[in-house]
Amino acid sequence: MGKDILKMEDIYLIYPNGIVANQNVNFSLKKGEIHALLGENGAGKSSLMKVLFGLEQPQEGKIILKGEEVKITSPSVAIEHSLGMVHQHFKLVPSFTVAENIVLGVEPKKRIFMDMDKAKELSLNIAKENDFHIDVEERIENLPVGIKQKVEKLKALYRGAEIFILDEPTAVLTPQETEELFNQLTLLKEKRHTILFISHKLDEIKAICDRCTILRHGKTMGTYETKDITKEEISRLMVGRDVVLEIDKTKAEPKELVLNVKNLRVKNYLSKEVVKNISFGLRAGEILGIAGVEGNGQSEIVEVITGLNKTYGGDIFIKNKDIKKFSIKNIRDLDLAHIPEDRMTYGVASDMDINSNLIPNIVDDEKYSKRGIINKGAIQEITEHMIEDFLVKCNSGAQKVQMLSGGNIQKVVVAREIYNKPKIIIANQPTRGIDVGAAQFIREKLVELRDGGSGILLVSADLNEVFELCDSIIVMHRGEIAAYFDDISKLTENELGKYMLGIEKQKDVGGVAYE
Amino acid sequence: MNKNAKFEILRTSMAIFIAIGISLVLIILVSDAPLVALRDLFFGPLTSLRRFGNVIELTIPLIITGLAVSLIFSSGQINLSTEGAFFFGGIVAMMVALAIPMPSYIHFFAAMILAGITGAIVVTIPAYLKEKTGSSEIVSSLMLNYILFFLGSYILYYYFKDPEAGINASYLFPDTFRLSVLVPGTKIHTGLFLSLISVFLGYIFLFKTSTGYKIRMVGANKMFSKYTGMKVFKITLLSQIVGGFIAGVGGAIQLAGMYKRFNWVALPGYGWDGIIVSTLAKGNPLYVPFAAFFIAYIRTGAAIMSRGESGVPPELKAITQGVIIILIVAQQFLAKYKNKMIYKESKLEIEKAGGDQ
Repeated sequence: MGKDILKMEDIYLIYPNGIVANQNVNFSLKKGEIHALLGENGAGKSSLMKVLFGLEQPQEGKIILKGEEVKITSPSVAIEHSLGMVHQHFKLVPSFTVAENIVLGVEPKKRIFMDMDKAKELSLNIAKENDFHIDVEERIENLPVGIKQKVEKLKALYRGAEIFILDEPTAVLTPQETEELFNQLTLLKEKRHTILFISHKLDEIKAICDRCTILRHGKTMGTYETKDITKEEISRLMVGRDVVLEIDKTKAEPKELVLNVKNLRVKNYLSKEVVKNISFGLRAGEILGIAGVEGNGQSEIVEVITGLNKTYGGDIFIKNKDIKKFSIKNIRDLDLAHIPEDRMTYGVASDMDINSNLIPNIVDDEKYSKRGIINKGAIQEITEHMIEDFLVKCNSGAQKVQMLSGGNIQKVVVAREIYNKPKIIIANQPTRGIDVGAAQFIREKLVELRDGGSGILLVSADLNEVFELCDSIIVMHRGEIAAYFDDISKLTENELGKYMLGIEKQKDVGGVAYE
Repeated sequence: MNKNAKFEILRTSMAIFIAIGISLVLIILVSDAPLVALRDLFFGPLTSLRRFGNVIELTIPLIITGLAVSLIFSSGQINLSTEGAFFFGGIVAMMVALAIPMPSYIHFFAAMILAGITGAIVVTIPAYLKEKTGSSEIVSSLMLNYILFFLGSYILYYYFKDPEAGINASYLFPDTFRLSVLVPGTKIHTGLFLSLISVFLGYIFLFKTSTGYKIRMVGANKMFSKYTGMKVFKITLLSQIVGGFIAGVGGAIQLAGMYKRFNWVALPGYGWDGIIVSTLAKGNPLYVPFAAFFIAYIRTGAAIMSRGESGVPPELKAITQGVIIILIVAQQFLAKYKNKMIYKESKLEIEKAGGDQ
């Protein structure tokens, strides 16, 4: 390992909404190392990277690159300084080919036209040099997530990046894809590239990183050699307390069928069939997981069950009622709650206060409005309870939702949906992108409801969550059920990964549909 | 929250000051007697009862259209047909006033209700078209204003024009239709009460009823409202109906309070002003009367100035107004200052807390 190639000194970043993202952050990268940036969600990792990549301007602090102070005012300046970023949500043009995406912005030209052949050649060269096997003429939209990530990396390499920033690269990958990623990173390291790896998965950090810097509440908690620090120590530095990583959960006692899906087919807006003839049932008192890499039909299943999408083939019965002609309200009236995947679009009206976001499901109840006039006292009372019960950290219920952190926003969503202990809960990625504490809290609440006799359908891409919460699971691959396990405790992570990737598929997916 | 409210007040007053500053520069450039001009602009409306009366007379329609726009916009519809609804409400009120004789009070009341219903129907059209055909409500409402104007003009010229009036105007309104004057020596009429009552009711509707709550939710996040099971389209239409009703009523009140005949040969412009008033009031009915008074005061002052000896053209008042509105709606205006303010406060808090939390 070499000298410091990059240093960030005393970085202060405060957002216009008053959220203090970074205070006094100090951090440095050595040439040729893999350096992990660790912290819970909301600890300021992404903000710090935005500063480094020119997407945010810090109020104070210096960035020193190769011994010289630089001002990074925009991503293009960052790229000039040979920084490359692989975003968590890829910045690729889906309808363009791999080659077109790689050269986008710095295209080889033949007079005023783009030189397509040269683009292909250059892309292919850069892929070969780095041992990436990839078809540069394929369109991005046809590629799986793992390959898309490779394209992002090639893009950065093509632009001459020496320092790579990878923002939670493994969040969207299966175990097998993760392994491949690690091989590539090791290769890049051998070529004296520097890699900054953002994550909150401790195993991964132990596996490939040389050093790690830990952030907590926007402050640096120190930089450590990964070989000298235990996972327990890291987690204590990250959260400031010992995280209990196990949930006490007894064996499920499933009762009557509350949701029955039969021969469901759903097409997406391009009229491509994304859910292909699947059947399953959810019983009261169990948590049924739908595992799978994102985009294998899970979201579409949720949309039709909750009534957001009314065009589907097959039948859905909720409490033995066919919901084909039911509105969203009708479905909710069957005591079904929905924790949506996209929290900022479907979960809250972020411009409104917390209280307003807690009451839409109950505002028409006689207790909360009489003859159309809102009963302010009753609403104040119940929202106070909700905020208290669900530990929403805020000054008061009159605060705007957009002032809260991601974890607290999600608590608002969950409080609204499950406060009244619904019989059926459709939870779509209920803890995605929120801090460990909030995630654990929400998971415990779900188990509590299961024990109280609710049936919970849990869609999750987080394998830990699937293993921790689910009693039985369905694995989705390309719109089909690749596997069903009625007892998840017999399953290993590796096995699950194979079904998620479609390497294996159960022949006779029995036991899913109950008659 | 509090920080934000303080900043909003600061920003609005800064916008007003800068706009006035720009106007000052212009006045000094064009006027032969700038001091006289400034006196007329800022204090002119206070120099006589009649002039102050002018301010209040103008405030009344601005309150009503400002309220109408606030309600229409609250569900997230950028529907600009308040202008057409106000005008056509006036046409309908004129028809009732001239064609159907009725006793006092009842006559005006009937005309007002019918004008309101007309306004409600008219304003609902763009929102309905948007849902059913996907056409932008901005475009269709603008076009609708022309349709309403020419349809109204046709009705006026072919059925209600008084050939002896000497101008393009209707027959004289009967006394049973006209609103009584409230303050002798001015034209301030009982419409003032009606406008303030509307503001109060509008506020209750939007902030104290479950329907109002739903309307605001739909305005804040349509997808979220849909997800919670709200009937988004129905709720949107409802806000248009209520806003449109108020706009139509506004036309009737303005006619009955201020005019002996119907003589609008162009769109009167109160609907457009309503957008300005509503923007200044941040869409909250309670602030609408203040915003309306402010605009009316500036207008009246500018009119006095341009009538005086200072040689300032009346166009200047429009420039002043335009600058104010642009600065207020500019979200990023003073954003840097806001960031600094927040940064300082946050840092203070951090220091106060001291060390690790």
